[in-house]
Amino acid sequence: MSSLWPELERVLGEVQKPARYIGCEDGMIIPAHHPDKAAWLLIYPDTYEVGLPNQGLQILYEILNERPDAVAERSYAPWTDLSAVLRREGLPLFSLDTHRAAGDFDVLAFNLSAELVYTNLLECLDLAGIPILAADRGPEHPLVLVGGHCSYNPEPLVDFIDAAVLGDGEEVVSEISVVVAAWKAEGRTAREDVHVALAGITGVYVPSLYTADHSEDGALAGVRPVHPAAPEKVEKRTIADLAEWPYPKNQLVPLTEVVHDRLNVEVFRGCTRGCRFCQAGMITRPVRERPADQVRTMVADGLRRTGYDEVALTSLSTADFSGIQEVVEDTVSDDACGQVSVSLPSLRVDAFTVGIAAQIQRARRTGLTFAPEAGTWRMRQVINKLISEEDLYGAVESAFSQGWRRVKLYFLTGLPTETDEDTLGIIEMAKNCVEIGRRHQKGASVTVSIGGFVPKPFTPFQWFGQNTEQELHRKVGLLRDAARKARGVQIKWHDTRASVVEGLLSRGDRRLGPVIEDVWRNGGVFQEWGEHFDLELWTDAMARHGMSFEDHVYRHRHEDEALPWDHLSAGLHKDFLWQDWRDALDEVGLEDCRWIPCYDCGACTGYGIEHVVASAVPPAGGSQGTGQGPEHGGGVPVALSARPPREPAEVGS
Amino acid sequence: MSVVGNPKILVRFSKAGKVRFTSHRDVARIWERALRRVALPVAYSEGFSPRPKISYGLALPTGYESAGEYLGVELDREKAESLQLRDSPEGDLRERLNQVLPEGIRVQAIAPLERGGESLQQAVIACTWAIEVDGADSAEVEVWASGILEAEEILVERERKGKKVTDDVRPLVHSLDVSGSPGDGVQLTAVLGTQPRALRPTELLEARLEGTSGSTHPPLSALSVCRMKQWMLRESQESQESQESRNQTKITQGDARVEPLSVDAGPAALVETRA
Repeated sequence: MSSLWPELERVLGEVQKPARYIGCEDGMIIPAHHPDKAAWLLIYPDTYEVGLPNQGLQILYEILNERPDAVAERSYAPWTDLSAVLRREGLPLFSLDTHRAAGDFDVLAFNLSAELVYTNLLECLDLAGIPILAADRGPEHPLVLVGGHCSYNPEPLVDFIDAAVLGDGEEVVSEISVVVAAWKAEGRTAREDVHVALAGITGVYVPSLYTADHSEDGALAGVRPVHPAAPEKVEKRTIADLAEWPYPKNQLVPLTEVVHDRLNVEVFRGCTRGCRFCQAGMITRPVRERPADQVRTMVADGLRRTGYDEVALTSLSTADFSGIQEVVEDTVSDDACGQVSVSLPSLRVDAFTVGIAAQIQRARRTGLTFAPEAGTWRMRQVINKLISEEDLYGAVESAFSQGWRRVKLYFLTGLPTETDEDTLGIIEMAKNCVEIGRRHQKGASVTVSIGGFVPKPFTPFQWFGQNTEQELHRKVGLLRDAARKARGVQIKWHDTRASVVEGLLSRGDRRLGPVIEDVWRNGGVFQEWGEHFDLELWTDAMARHGMSFEDHVYRHRHEDEALPWDHLSAGLHKDFLWQDWRDALDEVGLEDCRWIPCYDCGACTGYGIEHVVASAVPPAGGSQGTGQGPEHGGGVPVALSARPPREPAEVGS
Repeated sequence: MSVVGNPKILVRFSKAGKVRFTSHRDVARIWERALRRVALPVAYSEGFSPRPKISYGLALPTGYESAGEYLGVELDREKAESLQLRDSPEGDLRERLNQVLPEGIRVQAIAPLERGGESLQQAVIACTWAIEVDGADSAEVEVWASGILEAEEILVERERKGKKVTDDVRPLVHSLDVSGSPGDGVQLTAVLGTQPRALRPTELLEARLEGTSGSTHPPLSALSVCRMKQWMLRESQESQESQESRNQTKITQGDARVEPLSVDAGPAALVETRA
């Protein structure tokens, strides 16, 4: 198990941006490998620039290396120039920390944040010298695990993985380490042994212990366990209290440019705004806030340690954080931190939020981003993004009057029940924003960013038949034409062809395995990169395997139809989601449950945990058009801490 | 009326090992963060997006090592005066910087920057390079080197602003020395000019000589390249030289050249205010 560095350094001069492959970040850990320790290689199957900042991977990296029975290193997908060189030289995929061969680890754990990276998972396995099919692997090969949001429907990947892990990773990685270290101590017996042991851990889905039934026409009839160790339903993991997990403690500071190159401090996890298109908001419930004091400490210590001059307070809706005002004030007024800028990656649409933004962006007031998501009030009721026009225009007015010159607005198209009037409402809204802006600034402009809607598992829209590529293309065309006539409105859009493949993988079942393999074998890697994405590879592969986009992507699902992820659970009751889907079609909104009584979605009750919210009232100015205001929130009891779990924590056998 | 400017310091550092694969821009970011971490009161530009006033010397090609890189830092006069960095209990600045810089980047010396006017990039006129030659024995490299030195012109093509440009780089080759014993690899020490443009060692190794028999001068390739020193002209020398003749100066002559900051410079007296 020696370092591959001497071989690598001879060839790194041949590739673009070689600093992506050297490691050496501040915060990097050089772990001491040992036969008693489970050795994890945490892999983000996209480029270093995209993967390095991923907080989930960094959290697990630290937690595992703190354990006496585990070590963890990192790897990212090598760009195509390096993978060609590695194959030419007969060199394998390697870790960045000690430049050790991927095949020397016990676990290859992939972070799956987006569907289009699936073929990169195969590419990484192949570069590692590991059979891409799980069935072809022996005890000498590492275990292949996946986690992250995409693991809530791992069915398209079951041919390639040993296990998928659902939910928060902080606790479950330790339980997995115990199982893997024991397997290693026994000299790595048959893979079935470790599969059975892993299936005993809550949150771990081991596909080899399940079988899929299909009806005569080939449709999925359900996935069921075929081994006594495998639960009927695999429940996600949820940590009760973020305060117990102040990670990453030593955020990695890369030596070369990456996206989000700044300090990141997670202020809360989960979101109960209830936007029906948003998978993250559904699967990460309930809301668990980090105490404001801990946030302040993590910000101050992090800035001092890293030398960054920017900190992002991350969450799914940071303006909702109870301590937002004080944390922001303290950070920007702390002299020890120097000239620091704070960024709030997900701004709520209201004047209060703009006020906060004004406080933190004293310099560099170039652009501010809001996400109204839909162009008409009717459409926003359908998706439960209950922002009134007044909210948006108030926020925009506030932004332009305080010196911002450009506002960026995010929208989705291809939403359920969307008419052309709804679509074109996007440009109407943008035009009104420009008009407001020009009252304050001559050159005010609005950038409209359009994404094609992709329905996701465990959301109320999981039954919705995605718009066809032609339909999405037509809608983008409508928007482009309208924008061309609108002064000061620029428009950007996501490739509608990529949305089709995202939709295919997002809600597909295990019949897609051969399709993914086919695309990869034909050179389809880095499909999330415009220069590499190739719809034809997917269309051809689907045709070769007798499958249609119509059936897997565009078709509305029935209420009684088996969904590929029915044997997994994100805590949400299926009947709650179905009711919310019916409400969506009836244009009925649903309020944020942080400050009103529970409507029993299942996320809290199922796991004996509750929202951890420091404030008993919604944040000031928290209008989302739902009539939520302090007057509605005050009387509701709000838990300040988690209840103990109903059962003792389970530990893997 | 004389305006008292901000004090400036010159930092000399080395770059070796894995970090040699970082780019010039990467190194700039690394320095910005390191200077913030040691809380050095760097001066910032005015305006909409204030930037720290740091000047970076001649770019080192990604993948090359160096025993002599330079960085100029302008300090905020008011904040700097209230600090006594040299005698602070936290130890001297060089030590503190080395604690926060990544492995492979090491501060060798720090001193107040006195030379005004010209930027470091303009002042440096040549570099000494240590090149480990790949796949050739010392006799072959000797033949190659004498071929280069005897050539009247060496035409090198490169892309500049999207256009192909051909330069004669022969005037930039000041000296070539070959050393090394059999089996130990061949070391080529080259002093190459940087004005009006810097000649990269690999450009020279890959150069094809016109007019000589091509077979005796196949291009060479390098296993590793290290910038050993950067050279400026001695000030007395410089005042006698016109801009044109400056480039022709025998930079190989020891008494004509000087390093911007020698490795032996003692701990920096940082906040020396000018009389």
